[in-house]
Amino acid sequence: MKRRQMLGLVGVGALLLAGDALGQERKPAAKKPTGPAEQPSPKRLAIVGATLHRTGAEPLADAVIVIENGRIVSIGTDRGAAANATTLDVRGKLVTGGLIDPLTRVGVTEVDLEAQGRDDAFTGERAIAAGFAVADGYDPVSPIVAITRREGLTSVGVIPVSGLVTGQSAWADLAGELPDKALGSRSLALHVLFDDFQLGSGPVNHATAFYLLRELFDDANIFRAKRGDFEKRQLRSLAASRLDLDVVTRVLEGKLPVVFHADRAADISNVITFAKTYKLRAIIASAAEGWKVAGELAAAKIPAIVYPLDEGPRDLVARGAREDNAALLVKAGVSVALSSGESHNARKLRQVAGNAVRAGLPHTAALDALTDAPARIFGLEGYGSPKEKRVANLAVWSGDPLELSSRCEHLIIRGRQVSLASRQTALLEKYR
Amino acid sequence: MLFSIGCLPAPGTPRTAAASGPHPYGETNEPASATATLGTWAPLPTAPWRIGRPSSKDHPNSRADAPTILLQNARILLGNGGELARGHVLLEKGRIASIGEGPGDPPKGAEVIDANGKTITPGFVDTHSHMGVYPMPSAHAHEDGNELSAPLSAGARTVDAIWPFDPAFERAVAGGTTTVQVLPGSANLIGGRATTIKLHPASTGAELVFPGAPYGLKMACGENPKRVHGREKKGAPATRMGNLTLQRGAFLKARRHIEQWDAWRATESERRASFDRKVADLAKKQGGLADARAACGNHPSERCLARAEDKHPTPVLEPFEPRLPPERDLDSETLAGALEGSLLVHVHCYRSDDMGSMLALSDEVGFKVASFHHALEAYKIRDELTRRGIAVSTWADWFGFKLEAYDGIPENLALVHAAGGSAVVHTDSSEGVRRLNQEASKGMWSGRNAGIQITEAEAIRWVTENPAKALGVDRWVGTLEVGKDADVVVWGGNPFSVYGRAELVFVDGILRHDLKNPPKRSWSDFEVKP
Repeated sequence: MKRRQMLGLVGVGALLLAGDALGQERKPAAKKPTGPAEQPSPKRLAIVGATLHRTGAEPLADAVIVIENGRIVSIGTDRGAAANATTLDVRGKLVTGGLIDPLTRVGVTEVDLEAQGRDDAFTGERAIAAGFAVADGYDPVSPIVAITRREGLTSVGVIPVSGLVTGQSAWADLAGELPDKALGSRSLALHVLFDDFQLGSGPVNHATAFYLLRELFDDANIFRAKRGDFEKRQLRSLAASRLDLDVVTRVLEGKLPVVFHADRAADISNVITFAKTYKLRAIIASAAEGWKVAGELAAAKIPAIVYPLDEGPRDLVARGAREDNAALLVKAGVSVALSSGESHNARKLRQVAGNAVRAGLPHTAALDALTDAPARIFGLEGYGSPKEKRVANLAVWSGDPLELSSRCEHLIIRGRQVSLASRQTALLEKYR
Repeated sequence: MLFSIGCLPAPGTPRTAAASGPHPYGETNEPASATATLGTWAPLPTAPWRIGRPSSKDHPNSRADAPTILLQNARILLGNGGELARGHVLLEKGRIASIGEGPGDPPKGAEVIDANGKTITPGFVDTHSHMGVYPMPSAHAHEDGNELSAPLSAGARTVDAIWPFDPAFERAVAGGTTTVQVLPGSANLIGGRATTIKLHPASTGAELVFPGAPYGLKMACGENPKRVHGREKKGAPATRMGNLTLQRGAFLKARRHIEQWDAWRATESERRASFDRKVADLAKKQGGLADARAACGNHPSERCLARAEDKHPTPVLEPFEPRLPPERDLDSETLAGALEGSLLVHVHCYRSDDMGSMLALSDEVGFKVASFHHALEAYKIRDELTRRGIAVSTWADWFGFKLEAYDGIPENLALVHAAGGSAVVHTDSSEGVRRLNQEASKGMWSGRNAGIQITEAEAIRWVTENPAKALGVDRWVGTLEVGKDADVVVWGGNPFSVYGRAELVFVDGILRHDLKNPPKRSWSDFEVKP
């Protein structure tokens, strides 16, 4: 097994998924997400006594966090606020927002090498599958979900990984038995993958990628302007299907961010120009050489999602990966989230972040990168570091969440305390 | 190459022309210089797998010029389960010259390094690496670890393919790893010979070879061989049944190869003895003739001489024709070495049942499994593995990337350890090998969180002594003991913390990583900068 890029792609042959995988664009999830059915939900839950760490505020000792209907209603130190609430007493512990890995294949990949249970890619041979929505294949009860939860993750971004324009990612809270109970967004962002995709017989190079992208975005502009002509078949043929163009239209209108997965500084620089040209809400992912263009990214207000364990000449394209990439990006003023780029090992996110800190990223920036930045970067309101009115996704820790010796002791998703048991803990119990 | 006689050669005449020509028994590993004289034969060639590697008995101190350095005032994890609260290590001529509590006595001219507040460990040993055969940068041209042309490639050797300029080597050292086993991949049922190397800058793979380390033999169970050869290449094996059938066949063939060699040596020995008897008989008979001729007097008559010759005919001795030994068979020779224990067998296996099938095979055909690698279900059969003394090399938490890896649990290492088995953290990754300490830490904490008490001094064995034993190199590395190689890591902070970092790494007493003074030039020529 060799780790390839931050998508955790393994050498998997052609996928042979059955059925129609064409994605349908969906409306975002309901404003009031409902919680998982795992434990009876008290009307009011108060988490009392821990030190709260959150973005943009000093640590709050002896915090009282009150949750109602899945949302945080108050954060303070007044114990009176916990009146009439079921109390979770966690004195001496740390509490943070639930950890978020923004680029995973959790819930859409049961076993990498089996086509069954793989819903992480459009199954046709097409460079452009903007209409493909990975949410349509998301399985909220995949055993990987509970295993990921055990390490303090409450949400993941789930991304599609095949093609040039691979489709739309989803935001999943790691609880709930049906997709609508778990998905915080069915259309989180559009994804563009520069490396590792094939078209016909061979890989598509970066210049070809830009050529195809320009044609797509230009045609989407025409589609947007002359939708009526398109429906009356009075328009020349366009570079993508109707559903693809619908999604790109939302991108062009600023309603949907677009994540460009690129590593080489030259490609990132071209992405910055491209985003400016089409006025896109761009996000850079992977960005192994992002540190080389940190100033440009900051100036263009383009955030980055990086994998900090990469260092050295990983391949002929990303020769300049540095372990202090995240630290340098943050220092330059770029909004940074961290990702494992994994499916089964998304749970290693906090180790990933610990290594970024070891390489110079300030601890507060690392916690921000795991809790607030993902929501901020995608513009997903209602999520992020703990705040009043936000979805109550919280983790209680025995110690520093980034340290290997710490463990997640309680996890709150959408206001409910969820079980930390998984099929792994069941195996342990069976064989211990 | 045969000596031809119609009569007896004079004493001292070479029986063979081997001194200047090719060896009479064809190409072997035996030096071809033996010259037999009457009454002495060139030794019969030894079966190639029994010769061993040139340096197998020796571990030359090739770093005798390494400096003398005293590290003192550090917490020391010895690698054998022991710990010194505040001790010293003296590195001299590439070896550990002294170790113990207290500050130690610096010999004259020694450099003294105060490691107060730091932790010292042995250099880590990674039993499972493909560095050098799947080097960075990843590229098709760099895929040298799986000889995919056939599912059985026991004769293939990673030492022939290691690219010493893999940028991953230097990075592994910076993470505290100093010895690694470079294995063939797991696409094949029998992948070939694995090579244990010491991490130094080098220009050829041979320079990296750990002197004296036995070869490993890489085998694979389960999904990979049947997927690559069966499903992808439409060949054999296509099932787990096919896996075992082909492996069984290969070992039985090797067994036959051993028998052929033994039979040839026995036969050839007997033929030589028989020839010697004939030579003695000839000499006796020639003596009889000489006596009969002498009996004809000082002026023998023709008649007397003719009668003497009639009575004592000059025997004709057919020349000795050496028979060639069995044809060289690199695959069988490798497996013969495994059967006789000179190669250590490391088997890539995930499921408990696959490990069970492999153990049944090893019992049947007669080899010992030194370790199972990956072994995600080792916890299900940990008592059996412990009873057999089989090491378990595994990750701290990988699982699920294929179905045979579905039941991996993070407590695997700790459960094997608690059962008294030999737990080993391996990486299989040029990125993971930079963080073996973190992987050991995760394994330890998973155990502790499950109620299994494991000290740091014990857990460090998972990346030091236990892997050194599994590779057969524990006489030289794996623990901090006087006389062992000076492979020593000084950690800033605790190596079990995610923030801990190797500050100084000595390999054979030479400082190969200094966090505060990074080298101006990288080891890898791929990374030269104008």
